[in-house]
Amino acid sequence: MSNTLSADPITSKTLHKAVVKEVIRVTIILSVLTIIELILGFSLMDMPVGLLHYFIKGVIVILMLVKAFYIVAYFMHLKHEKDGLIFTIVVPLFIFIWFIFVFLYEGNSFQNLKSRYSANYQERATMMAPSAETQHVEKH
Amino acid sequence: MVSTASTLNPPKEKLWGGGHSPFNIEYGKLMMWFFLLSDAFTFGAFLISYGTTRFASRNWPNPNVVFSAYPFMPEGKHAPLVFVSIMTFILIISSVTMVLAVQAGKQMQKKTVAYFLLLTIIGGAMFLGCQAWEWHHLFHEGAWWGRNPFPNADGTMAGTDFTNFFFTITGFHGFHVFTGVVINIVMLIMTLSGTFEKRGHYLMIEKTGLYWHFVDLVWVFVFTCFYLI
Repeated sequence: MSNTLSADPITSKTLHKAVVKEVIRVTIILSVLTIIELILGFSLMDMPVGLLHYFIKGVIVILMLVKAFYIVAYFMHLKHEKDGLIFTIVVPLFIFIWFIFVFLYEGNSFQNLKSRYSANYQERATMMAPSAETQHVEKH
Repeated sequence: MVSTASTLNPPKEKLWGGGHSPFNIEYGKLMMWFFLLSDAFTFGAFLISYGTTRFASRNWPNPNVVFSAYPFMPEGKHAPLVFVSIMTFILIISSVTMVLAVQAGKQMQKKTVAYFLLLTIIGGAMFLGCQAWEWHHLFHEGAWWGRNPFPNADGTMAGTDFTNFFFTITGFHGFHVFTGVVINIVMLIMTLSGTFEKRGHYLMIEKTGLYWHFVDLVWVFVFTCFYLI
């Protein structure tokens, strides 16, 4: 990014126009991605848990990461910074890949262990909640 | 021979040789990036502990049922995700106005900076208002830390993990939004009083801009993890 203060007014102005154009483009992309996410979120509403259900959740997560990329790259301007700065910020975040996989695996494993070995957990986890009508009566 | 060559072609300045910023960035801005990196780890740890708990639970409340209210809702007319999508768009738009404020600052246009900063502050305040309404509504439904009135998606009884994580993480994010709004108000006052004009640059706006975009970025993750999946 050149220093706009020392640049002559004409180049500075065209640069400004280009940046504003880019901002508008990124805004539209972010809005469209959000709308797609919402549509997918709605579609999950009455869907039985299965392969398609998990596939749609995966798509939502990928769209989330794309949105994050656009915000960091364009709004936070990281794409136009020096390579050294980009790597300094982005590389430490890669630890999240390990972090997420290991901890979700751990959670899942804990669930299996509880289900297999704890009779108490089995009983509690399958207890039905009082229906909406009885709750309503209790409230008033 | 070597000396002649070096006088004809002076050696290229070394990136880490000193005398200039290797990242071509101001000190304060670099420190803001490092702060945001650490904040990303805080939020990341929060969200991963939420995910771990969710994976360790047999079932979980359905967000489409829990978050289906909006202000001035007619009796029985539930609309899942509508209110939170409005909140999301408010935050995206306030992020856009912040970019435009930063851009106007590079052009040294004091009035435009103040105008877009004001819009950003209004956006942030609107988001906070929406969140306050949502918390208020959930509280009246009986949800709070340690209390969860919502059953799981399959109708079984749910523990309090869902509400604990929801209020902690959206609360922590909301506190960031609140801080961002306060900082932006300070920036607006400094802009209007001509502090940056005297200083000759609006780099301070760029730094607070980074913070504000980060708040928007975190919301992208919170929104997805709590409301969509």
